Amino acid sequence: MYSQGLIGADGRTGETEAFLAAFQARIDAEEKIEPKDAMPEGYRRTLVRQIGQHAHSEIVGMLPEGNWITRAPSLKRKAALLAKVQDEGGHGLYLYSAAETLGVTRDEMTEELLAGKAKYSSIFNYPTLTWADIGTIGWLVDGAAIMNQIPLCRCSFGPYARAMIRICKEESFHQRQGYEIMLTLCRGTEAQKAMAQDALDRWWWPSLMMFGPHDAESSHTEQSMAWKIKRFSNDELRQKFIDATVPQADYLGLKVPDPAMRWDEALNGGKGGYRHGAIDWDEFWRVVKGEGVMNRDRIAARKKAWEDGAWVREAALAHAAKRAARKVAAE
Amino acid sequence: MHEALLEIADDCLVLGHRLSEWCGHAPMLEEDLALPNMALDLIGVARGLYARAGEIEGKGRGEDDLAYFRGEREFRNCLLVERPNGDFAATMLRQLYFGAFMEPFWRAAAASTDDVVRGIAGKAAKEVAYHIRHAGEWVIRLGDGTEESAARMAHAVEAHHRYSGELFESSRAARAAEAAGVLPRRSEMRAEWDRVIGMVFVEAGLTVPEGVFMQTGGRAGLHGEDLGHMLAEMQSVARAHPGAVW
Amino acid sequence: MAETPLWEVFIRPRNGLAHKHVGSLHAADAVMALQAARDVYTRRGEGNSVWVVPSSAITASDPDHAGEMFEPTGDKIYRHPTFYDIPDEVGHM
Repeated sequence: MYSQGLIGADGRTGETEAFLAAFQARIDAEEKIEPKDAMPEGYRRTLVRQIGQHAHSEIVGMLPEGNWITRAPSLKRKAALLAKVQDEGGHGLYLYSAAETLGVTRDEMTEELLAGKAKYSSIFNYPTLTWADIGTIGWLVDGAAIMNQIPLCRCSFGPYARAMIRICKEESFHQRQGYEIMLTLCRGTEAQKAMAQDALDRWWWPSLMMFGPHDAESSHTEQSMAWKIKRFSNDELRQKFIDATVPQADYLGLKVPDPAMRWDEALNGGKGGYRHGAIDWDEFWRVVKGEGVMNRDRIAARKKAWEDGAWVREAALAHAAKRAARKVAAE
Repeated sequence: MHEALLEIADDCLVLGHRLSEWCGHAPMLEEDLALPNMALDLIGVARGLYARAGEIEGKGRGEDDLAYFRGEREFRNCLLVERPNGDFAATMLRQLYFGAFMEPFWRAAAASTDDVVRGIAGKAAKEVAYHIRHAGEWVIRLGDGTEESAARMAHAVEAHHRYSGELFESSRAARAAEAAGVLPRRSEMRAEWDRVIGMVFVEAGLTVPEGVFMQTGGRAGLHGEDLGHMLAEMQSVARAHPGAVW
Repeated sequence: MAETPLWEVFIRPRNGLAHKHVGSLHAADAVMALQAARDVYTRRGEGNSVWVVPSSAITASDPDHAGEMFEPTGDKIYRHPTFYDIPDEVGHM
């Protein structure tokens, strides 16, 4: 589940022109870059940051949905939600592993997250207030994530691309289960339908923000695109998402909370698309910078899990050391 | 008969729910995946048993009616599974205690006279064998890890052992199911349970407590205070919208 | 605190196939690594056999030596069956 590309990655690099040109030639030839290959420092740094942010997004993303595992209103939904949140943990794990091939450890990345130094997708700083939020997150947030993630399966860095292939395969059920929840609510009682509309009202704009700032304001897009770490621009993906999602909302009988939304024949190179109203970027930056409703609680929850678990991790290491020593003594 | 199945279904649902509370808060990411796997196994078994219990009862109650619209006095789970998670040591010990009982129970239930129970038993026996393996390895590591982990593990044993006796008790409903060959006799699992726990405890450096007064009551709906809170949370959405489809 | 060691995970999808690298994970020892591999990498029936290897135990070739390591085979075309002309009437060989 992902995330506005990257926030504040520094792709600057100090290698010779010849080295950079040779590297770019490999990228242009669609060659995958593997961990031990020579690569520009900026490329490595950008990837560590992006994969790290992506991994953190998965891990923090377990919390808002995890908030409803214990209250899921049927056993079928409970099992599906638990499996979904578990998958997100798995996706975080695959991504940390991909970043680790670049010489950074999971513990280091975790410390950065807990210290508030690492970013993650701002969407997870919004609270889940009703069961319909679980449907909406699956439908919109996972839908946006899939838009972002499918192109990443072709990312130039091998381990990241491989992790993404696995993730995309597993995620295909996430959006469907979300939409199915919405469909059931919208075919249900008045109260259920109102719950669904309320959730869409609250999650629509944050979902659009997931794609990140407009291309004109996205500072590192160009270098990331050239290196094929990123393959579509924020605005391209956002438009694709809107065009796919608006008809789905119609089918549900729900109204997208954007009075300015209208069909525009001129969009998408004349193929037509939905033109959206202005996005509140002040809100976006405020949440990114730590002033969302849940920012502090999210980090506090991760911190608590990490600190409460320290004695367990220590004990496992201590036991492994004892066992190894006993084995040596026995030989 | 359906009440005997409800007892086991409630055990599995309540413990599965408890484990699901860990998701996103485990000591390491690998455990964030391991704990839900066990929870999903248990919830799956509960669903199968609820469906069968509802069918036998014949009042048209399905899995969700049974899970979401019975109160704490109607829940028939044993006291062990409703204990709050506590720390990771307590959670793993509770899992080991329950698993070490259920594994031989499901193996024996593979000979049930009820087709559905037989089917569930075959699958559940394999699942729970893994739960024993996973929880057992953790009990060993924590028991024989650091000073702190050993103290926490010993505390977990002290806190939970008193709930182990109830596992081997058969309620009146269970005795009827046992007499009909639907379920195995609970008391017959004792030797295997003692063997598994003994084996793990030796490696973990733990002592099986003796002379502990064994608490009981769950099968009669006489629970501790924690179950009511768990059910209040679990059932809140479903109960706010009676009759709704999800 | 020391970091929990990293392990590489290999899974055999079914009998008859080779174990294939699928990813990595952290575990304090081999037994826990094997269990974690099962819980992390086989949730959708991906395999029936798992290997775990401490990442530190892997010795990898250096990409800088890829030229001397792998390119010399490039011109040994006589190692490939298509190098040899066999008349069609002889049939499949």
